[in-house]
Amino acid sequence: MATKAVPGLYIHIPFCRVRCAYCDFCSTTDIALITDYLHALSKEIELYRDDFPTFDTVYLGGGTPSLLSLNQIEAIMEKIHNVFSIQHSSEITIEVNPADLDLVDLERLRGLGINRINIGVQSLEERELILLGRRHNSCLALVAIEEALKAGFENIGIDLIYGLPGQRLSRWHNTLAKAISLNPSHLSCYELELKPGTPLGRKCLTRELPVHSQEILRDFFMSTSEILEDSGYVHYEISNFAKGMEKASRHNQKYWDHTPYLGLGPSAHSFKANNRWWNHESLAEYIQDLRDNKHPVSASETLGLGELLMEAWFLGLRTKRGIDLDVFQQRYGCDLMKEKGPALIDLAKAGLIIIESGSVRPTRSGMAVCDALALI
Amino acid sequence: MENIRNFSIIAHIDHGKSTLADRLIQHTGVCDARNYKDQMLDNMDIERERGITIKSQAITLPYTASDGKTYSLNLIDTPGHVDFSYEVSRSLASCEGVLLLIDAAQGVQAQTLANLYLAMEHDLEIIPVINKIDLPSADVERVLEQIDSELGLDPDTHLKCSAKDGTGISEILEAIVQRIPAPNGDENKRLAALIFDAHYDAFRGTVVNCRLFDGTLKAGDVIRFMFNDSVYRVEEVGHFLMTRQKCSQLSAGEVGYIIAGIKTVSDVSIGDTITLNEKPCEKPLSGFKEVKPVVFASIYPISSDDYEDLAEALDKYKLNDAAFIYEKDSSAALGLGFRCGFLGLLHLDIVQERLEREYDLSIILSVPSVRYRFTLKNGNVVYVDNPSHYPGVMAIEKSEEPYIRASMMLPERYIGAVMNLCVERRGVNSTMNYPSPGRAELVFEMPLAEVIYDFYDRFKSVTQGYGSYDYDLIDYRESPLVLLDILVNGEKVDALSQIVHRDRARSRGVQACDRLKDEIPRQMYRIAIQGAIGGEIISRSTISAFRKDVTAKCYGGDITRKRKLLEKQKKGKKRMKMIGSVSIPQSAFLAVLKSDSD
Repeated sequence: MATKAVPGLYIHIPFCRVRCAYCDFCSTTDIALITDYLHALSKEIELYRDDFPTFDTVYLGGGTPSLLSLNQIEAIMEKIHNVFSIQHSSEITIEVNPADLDLVDLERLRGLGINRINIGVQSLEERELILLGRRHNSCLALVAIEEALKAGFENIGIDLIYGLPGQRLSRWHNTLAKAISLNPSHLSCYELELKPGTPLGRKCLTRELPVHSQEILRDFFMSTSEILEDSGYVHYEISNFAKGMEKASRHNQKYWDHTPYLGLGPSAHSFKANNRWWNHESLAEYIQDLRDNKHPVSASETLGLGELLMEAWFLGLRTKRGIDLDVFQQRYGCDLMKEKGPALIDLAKAGLIIIESGSVRPTRSGMAVCDALALI
Repeated sequence: MENIRNFSIIAHIDHGKSTLADRLIQHTGVCDARNYKDQMLDNMDIERERGITIKSQAITLPYTASDGKTYSLNLIDTPGHVDFSYEVSRSLASCEGVLLLIDAAQGVQAQTLANLYLAMEHDLEIIPVINKIDLPSADVERVLEQIDSELGLDPDTHLKCSAKDGTGISEILEAIVQRIPAPNGDENKRLAALIFDAHYDAFRGTVVNCRLFDGTLKAGDVIRFMFNDSVYRVEEVGHFLMTRQKCSQLSAGEVGYIIAGIKTVSDVSIGDTITLNEKPCEKPLSGFKEVKPVVFASIYPISSDDYEDLAEALDKYKLNDAAFIYEKDSSAALGLGFRCGFLGLLHLDIVQERLEREYDLSIILSVPSVRYRFTLKNGNVVYVDNPSHYPGVMAIEKSEEPYIRASMMLPERYIGAVMNLCVERRGVNSTMNYPSPGRAELVFEMPLAEVIYDFYDRFKSVTQGYGSYDYDLIDYRESPLVLLDILVNGEKVDALSQIVHRDRARSRGVQACDRLKDEIPRQMYRIAIQGAIGGEIISRSTISAFRKDVTAKCYGGDITRKRKLLEKQKKGKKRMKMIGSVSIPQSAFLAVLKSDSD
């Protein structure tokens, strides 16, 4: 149950050496601000000392956390251990860029208690990496994975992106095959999202670069799932695959079932007791508020039962586990079979969901259209 | 009477009619700056937004002319669409002159001509006014040439103005006084007043706008509406000066209002003659027509819980729209609703929009239909305006559909295109006249069903906006009619059925399936759309299921954004009607009538 579940801690490190062509996440290339940021972060951690005493997952995301020096990462880890209680068996993840770390660095990260590493590989094709504006090449990606293994990481995740402009399905399958041969314990395969505010997004929206049809994107999605499941990965969430559920990201799953989480750093979101709040996107505002000893919160909302229900519904449909009907009724007071029974049965007949042993879960085809499922 | 001038402003859309009216109102000081807003006479939001006038309006402008005398200038504003052409004709019948407004940059346009012809029919003094002379693209010389060659008016009679910046407004006011004749009429004769508009006031009941031709009228008089043959005691008479100004008496030549305890606007017929009950005039004023709805469609609430609200809204709406009629109706596919009658598609559109906007209702309209006449084998004659009441082929002895006479004015060069269009729409018995060089008048007899949906738009498009069009219902004519049903995923949707000419059934079926395919969004299943006559499927289209509609990222805890996006989509979906497991948007019901040509 969400209320008893232990919260997760997310720290957003908003720095990148260069900005990738597809990315609209909160990030800056002005690394001169790192010192001010770390100072602000340290203050922000203090602000939540009493609200979030214990965590069992920590996730350093970005941006590019591996852009920080090992000493800086160590300082952050020390600070959170001093202020919060990080449970013994916690999952502690860091996102890294393949170009940033060598074996010594990776061993030091292990030494800091970081036990899960997520490598932003994105592609194993040179041309694609250039298109995406990444600063590593595919060799570096392979080396990074090998060294992470050598450094003793058992949980190694890699991120890949598919559906790039002009990308052939066969080339994506090559990338997938190479990735599988590296035997990571976790794979995230994201469909490229075209954001108007990004260089790549603009080129696609103006048709300077070709855009895939819904049908082709579905082929990418379905075949990715098929290939990875055939290779022993569980397709546990629309974009996420793990070598068995024990290798699934424990941290990310908290976002999907209303477990409390604390997000620190600019743009980070937090959730606790039906409240969600989020920090300023602007690093300058974030730093200034903390200089003034204020919570750097940009806005917040209190979720009513209807909103919680809606979230649980659409988030549940994004996961292989699906929605437990009894739990859903207990938590959100809604008997789904009573409310949406005929529609659900139609969807089951159409092969989009499975209703079985007290749960509703999406099939592979259902996952491909789960936004629409959520609207019934 | 010497000091009265009754006039109207006529113009092509966007040539600045409302702005000029605003300027005249300001110049004569009827409205102080504090209460001033743009488009003073267009009271409804929908009028301001669409830049069209739906209801007629009248306002009295007190004006002291250069001769030192004070005049009452009665400005009668008119609607500007063929659906309301009868109202326009009654408004013009109340005037002695018009300002024919022409945009200096755009020159003479279709409605300029159409309105000019209307004004000529009523023998009105016409003052051409060239507006927007402040525009850099203004070409007054060219417009003058057009006034001469295309309108056949004396270009020396023109005035120039910029309603936007106020240039030329005093000259216009002077010209109204000097050139438009004072009304004639005799206040000693028996009362004859023309009703040119009526609107509903929540406190006073129906307020009738009228023009007195003969006689006088005051509070306490007992009046009779000659066509309706109803009798009322007058409570109040007066003039409009932005607000109602009570006066002791209205006399021949004047324009004013009457309040007489009339409950709804439906008790008043536009064009009817008001006279005194005791001393009636000999005969009613000419030109009266009974306005009857010609297009019918059913309105259903999207959520059946809203049925009562819809009933209440229609009740209220009806108070102010005499041309609109409705009665209870029910559909197998859409549930309880109302069958409604409209003057035309624009009227239907306006009713729909006002119900949604002013009463906050989400509604669906069924496919519009005309009223057919069937003689049954048992000898009974039935009128059917709702395809779901189609009697069935075996029961029918004779089927007939309403025909219109369409009169079209257009520059000669478009004759070929318009003839094609009319023949395509089953037009027959055409005649052609040349009222002035280069200008043709084309008359066709056509089935009403062929013109209700998009004929006007198509006509405007093939004449590049230079044609004007009007029609009269003439009679019913025999026609082989069949019922075209539409099945969505195998389920018949009665609200999508149409009665069609047998020879056109197949092509209409194909067209309807194609249109629905474009209008119904992809859903989670493949959807088959079929057209059927009797039990036979004659057309088919398929909407493929969506393939992929989920975006990858829902990480980093920003669930709020995603939820809001879904909530927005869900709201959009609420505006669609669920039929079985298929959501059908409002637009689909009208789209089945849309022809292939556009």
